[in-house]
Order: sequence, then C-alpha cells, then structure tokens
Amino acid sequence: MPMQAREIEDLLRASFPDAEIKVEGEDGVHMAAMVIDESFRGKNRVQQQRAVYAALKGKMDGSNGELHALALTTKAPD
Amino acid sequence: MTDANTQIKETITSNDVVLFMKGTKEMPQCGFSSRVAGVLNYMGVDFSDVNVLSDEGIRQGIKDFSDWPTIPQLYVKGEFVGGCDIITEMTLSGELDTLLEENGVTFDKDAADKIREANG
Repeated sequence: MPMQAREIEDLLRASFPDAEIKVEGEDGVHMAAMVIDESFRGKNRVQQQRAVYAALKGKMDGSNGELHALALTTKAPD
Repeated sequence: MTDANTQIKETITSNDVVLFMKGTKEMPQCGFSSRVAGVLNYMGVDFSDVNVLSDEGIRQGIKDFSDWPTIPQLYVKGEFVGGCDIITEMTLSGELDTLLEENGVTFDKDAADKIREANG
C-alpha cells in the first residue's frame, strides 16, 4: 500500500517537531522529502539521513517496504 | 556458507571501492543503482560490484550492517559513504573527488569536472 505525502510528513514531524519539512510525489512509492532541522548542524549527510530513515520507522525497509524510493535532501538551517 | 555479515566485511576490506547494487555495473537493474554505477564508470573508478538481487541474505544483511535501508550503498576503504542521493550530491560538490584522492583511489578528474559542468 503506497504511502501518501501527508503520512510521510506526519512521521517526519513526529521526530522533527521544529523542522522545515516538504514532501513531494504522487505515486506514494517514489517520493521526495526535504528536512531542514537544527539537529542536523555539525552532522554529516549519512548521519542526517539515517535520522530521517529512523523517523520513518521501517517504512523503507525490505522488499515489501511501502516506500521504495525516497529522495532525501537534509541540512541544518542556514 | 559464511553468514552475510562476514561476507560483507570480507568484501569491503579486500576491495578499495565496493558498490552494493541491484544488478551489475554492466547491467544495473534499478535507476538509483544505475546512476551511482554510471558515475563511477564514467569517472573511471575501479570498483567491485555486488549484485544484492542474487543474494537475499546480502540484500538484507547490508541494510543491517550499515543501518541504511536502501540500495545502492557505496563503500570506500571499508567505510560506508552513502546511497544514491549522497553520492550524487558529493559528485556535484566535488567531495567525492576529495574522498577518492584522500583514499588513494585513482579516477579521471576531467570526467568528474565534465559531470559537474553538465549539471552546472
């Protein structure tokens, strides 16, 4: 069952309450998300994106993971 | 049959550059894997490709190993570098060039510059 942008945003909002979050994509399988959050400051990209994947609580994992592809852009606020 | 974890450790320590991908470097079977393999091929990087589609144990094992849920995954000198998004960003920013240079991995600098010009 593909995930809707709204559902992804809610999951991300739960882990990043003060972040600027934008989720795009219609098919619910190939989606894109941008997360700009203070907690990313000083972290490298892998650490930042790991935190985002963790926020999605396993929605990404495995062949039956609903979300096949999530293009991620993460950074700390300028 | 050694378990996935041991196989993964052996692969990434015995090869400078390893790409865990869907398909092979000649025949990628997923857009994201194809993009990373394509960049490495274009930049003339000698890398070992591991087709996770031919081994379910590796396909799941690599995600646990790196705590990273997606494929492809690039390793340089045993270190996880990133997936498709990160490698794309690093290629365009030049960070991939620096990482390869720092690890003594030869690549075609002009090709890397061409990629950046094309995506300028």
